[in-house]
Amino acid sequence: MSIAGIFEHPLGRLGLDSLPFWNMLQHPTKGNIINGIIATGAASVVVFGALGLIVVLTRYKLWRVLWSEWATSPDHKKIGIMYVVIAFVMLARALIEAALMRAQQAYGLGGGFLSPDHFAQLFSTHGTIMIFFMAMPFLTGVINYVMPLQIGARDVSFPVLNSISLGLTAAGAALVMVSLVLGKFSTGGWFGYPPYTEATFSPGVGPDYWIWALTLGSLGSTFTGINFAVTIYKERAPGMKLMRMPLFTWTALCTSILMIFAMPPLTVATAQLALDRYLGFHYFTNALGGNMMHFANLFWLFGHPEVYILILPAFGVYSELFSTFSGKVLYGYRSLVMATMAIAILSFTVWLHHFFTMGQSANINAVFGIASMLIGIPTGVKIYDWMLTMFRGRVRFTVPMVYSIGFILLFVLGGMSGILLANPTVDYQVHNTVFLVAHFHNMAVPGLLFGMIAAYHFWFPKAFGFRLNERWGMISALCWIFGFMLAFFPLYALGLMGLPRRTVAYTEPSYVPLEWVAFLGALLILTALASLLWQLWVSIKQRDENRVFAGDPWDGRSLEWSNSAPPPEYNFAVIPEVKGRDAFTMSKEGGTAYQRPDTYQDIELPKNSAMGPVIAAIGFTLAFGLVWHIWWMVILSFLAAVATLIIRGFARDTTRIVTAQEVRQEHHRWIDAVAAATAIARVDENKPANDGLAQHASDGVVP
Amino acid sequence: MSQQVLKHPGLNLGPAHGKDDRAAENMMFGFWVFLMSDAILFGMVFATYVTSVHATAGGPGPHALYDLKSAFIETLLLLASSFTFGMASLALKYKHGKPRLIGWMVLTLVLGMVFLGFELHDFSSMFAKGGVPSRSGFLSAFFDLVPLHGLHVAAGCIWLICLVGQILRYGLDTATKLGIMRLALFWHFLDIIWIAIFSVVYLTGLT
Repeated sequence: MSIAGIFEHPLGRLGLDSLPFWNMLQHPTKGNIINGIIATGAASVVVFGALGLIVVLTRYKLWRVLWSEWATSPDHKKIGIMYVVIAFVMLARALIEAALMRAQQAYGLGGGFLSPDHFAQLFSTHGTIMIFFMAMPFLTGVINYVMPLQIGARDVSFPVLNSISLGLTAAGAALVMVSLVLGKFSTGGWFGYPPYTEATFSPGVGPDYWIWALTLGSLGSTFTGINFAVTIYKERAPGMKLMRMPLFTWTALCTSILMIFAMPPLTVATAQLALDRYLGFHYFTNALGGNMMHFANLFWLFGHPEVYILILPAFGVYSELFSTFSGKVLYGYRSLVMATMAIAILSFTVWLHHFFTMGQSANINAVFGIASMLIGIPTGVKIYDWMLTMFRGRVRFTVPMVYSIGFILLFVLGGMSGILLANPTVDYQVHNTVFLVAHFHNMAVPGLLFGMIAAYHFWFPKAFGFRLNERWGMISALCWIFGFMLAFFPLYALGLMGLPRRTVAYTEPSYVPLEWVAFLGALLILTALASLLWQLWVSIKQRDENRVFAGDPWDGRSLEWSNSAPPPEYNFAVIPEVKGRDAFTMSKEGGTAYQRPDTYQDIELPKNSAMGPVIAAIGFTLAFGLVWHIWWMVILSFLAAVATLIIRGFARDTTRIVTAQEVRQEHHRWIDAVAAATAIARVDENKPANDGLAQHASDGVVP
Repeated sequence: MSQQVLKHPGLNLGPAHGKDDRAAENMMFGFWVFLMSDAILFGMVFATYVTSVHATAGGPGPHALYDLKSAFIETLLLLASSFTFGMASLALKYKHGKPRLIGWMVLTLVLGMVFLGFELHDFSSMFAKGGVPSRSGFLSAFFDLVPLHGLHVAAGCIWLICLVGQILRYGLDTATKLGIMRLALFWHFLDIIWIAIFSVVYLTGLT
């Protein structure tokens, strides 16, 4: 690339043909028009959505608030909320794509309405988004919000790094959104296997979008993992020994460790694929000594631990829910901790089961097959522990609990199909069919997604100070559960009938009825999402009657319920002293909750920093330039990134002080509110009477 | 010397540094964890190299391309730079004054840059013999592993310059001290990686 070349093509590969409707205008066949309209519609949603957001922000003069209260905030609670917002936006997009794919397959006998290329983009973006820009931000957001509160910390260890991680994730998500408007996304699936994704077979921008979106996301996750692990090891309140930590924090720790170890292989895999595509290296090419099996190994060395990065935090959420909503101590705490650790370690020993059919010997397959089945043991331990937690408890059927019970029933089924697939001989029969699609959705949707949505219901009152509407929550939960069953159970049957995954069309009429059932399931899931959004709207409208400022709406057991809702930015006026497991329950029963300390101290907090949004902007332009070969943009962005880091190194005076006087005022305001609130029994917890103060055993009632 | 509790693995500033010593605990622990992650990164690239070493696709192999003498000089340079950085760390811990500290740091920087010079010279002579990364899977893997280390060293050099700048601008405040301690870990880490490269790539390649 010469200097002249940079100026000859200032926009790189970007041209009119990058627009989603260009092909339709040039070649107006029926198929092109249908695909063009769908693509243009999706692009319009992105463009008009962005424009609408800008108009609203300007109209209501919210730019300053957005910048100084949110984008530059190093507060783990705000960062957590922003992660969850990203997750919901991306969830909406990927769900619509899923429904579109199900519609295509319902009409897919002998054709359907989508072109194979368009369909391939849909399943690639659906998978990429759901894993990297829905699930990862969601669990990162929930851990961000909850974990420091649970261990009695003021913030994570590195608050500005936290903001940078968010920025990198947001930049990756933005890149995937831009791919709807300019150019096409990869057609190589969410794991982008070469040699198909090499320049020889996919010369367009698609795989480049995929590579750089993942690279941004995986860097963000690596830093997140480091940050969380250090926080849990170093920032725990006095007395919060490891074996006293709430189980959600334990799963957060295991997930962080997995992130630290499992993200680098992904970074290496995407970087090497990029070198192949941009500079003609031969890591994974067909010719000159390249070997795509390197990619398969690297990718799944990340990809399998990733499965547990996703599921472990959800396990943690369920542990909290079963205990809280059964009004009981968690059964088998120690075995749950050990099971979590065992899963984390085993997760590194099974990656090969993602490619049993790719040529290794039967003995190697057997070893990895057995290792994969072993994971069923600690998972089974957990299931029994949760059921025994409910046993003889007073189980309250709140929305999070409905999700949890749906999870147990469905997840066990999915686990069973996983044990089947772990057997290489069975895998040979059903691999690459929709049986597999049914299996991993059966783990990911009831396992991860239900867990995250339940977490959203559970901790929403803590984060925003009012409860979510119970009725719409219940409607949504039931739609999710039954929608899931309708959408994915037929796929087990279709898989056994031989329908390959990622098939745009088929010629076998007996698939049609089941495909329609699955399509109806997809529509029901869309209804579930719509109900969830409607629930948020209704809840915001009714917020004044559902306030829980006292902070403990569910008779919670761990420290995050021991302060106001929402908590002050420094979390705790006085760092709590922990005497055992279920620290808050202990202090409620011992009558030491809601104390007014004699003295308060100044609290040091990190100042706001523009690092997060600046790195996000630079990361985005760098990746965008790389995708479209806009070299001047790449060079400038790279230099800007280096300069930003150097300037940050010279930054001093990065903390500010909240004075003891302010802390006292805020704390007293809350304690006064607690004193004024009426403690309510559990049967009333979904009524407006719930101010966030719970009756407990020491009041002489059976909770 | 009385029994002193280490706040983190490696060289501790010690109680004489007061709040800086306390601040080091979380920061240094975090940096160790980062290095673990970075070690996995190198581990993956090493694995790629080891599995690709025979994939020369008819192109030049290790014997035709590697220059053991040059690699040995590079090893000595990097080991010497680790020693000089060690002296810088001691000068920081025992408060030998800024001039000595900066002196050792600048010496480290010079050694690091000479190392990079030798390495670039190696690469260009490999290029001249037809050993370009697009020639074969083996050369792709080589040019992933060795330059990745080189890039790390280059980043370390930039960081070193910035830290000298910070010392001159702010003196030895908490942030500067912690910066020097982290860079020290980073520098020794790269030394260990280089020992692995020298053994796995150059020595094994030329046997």
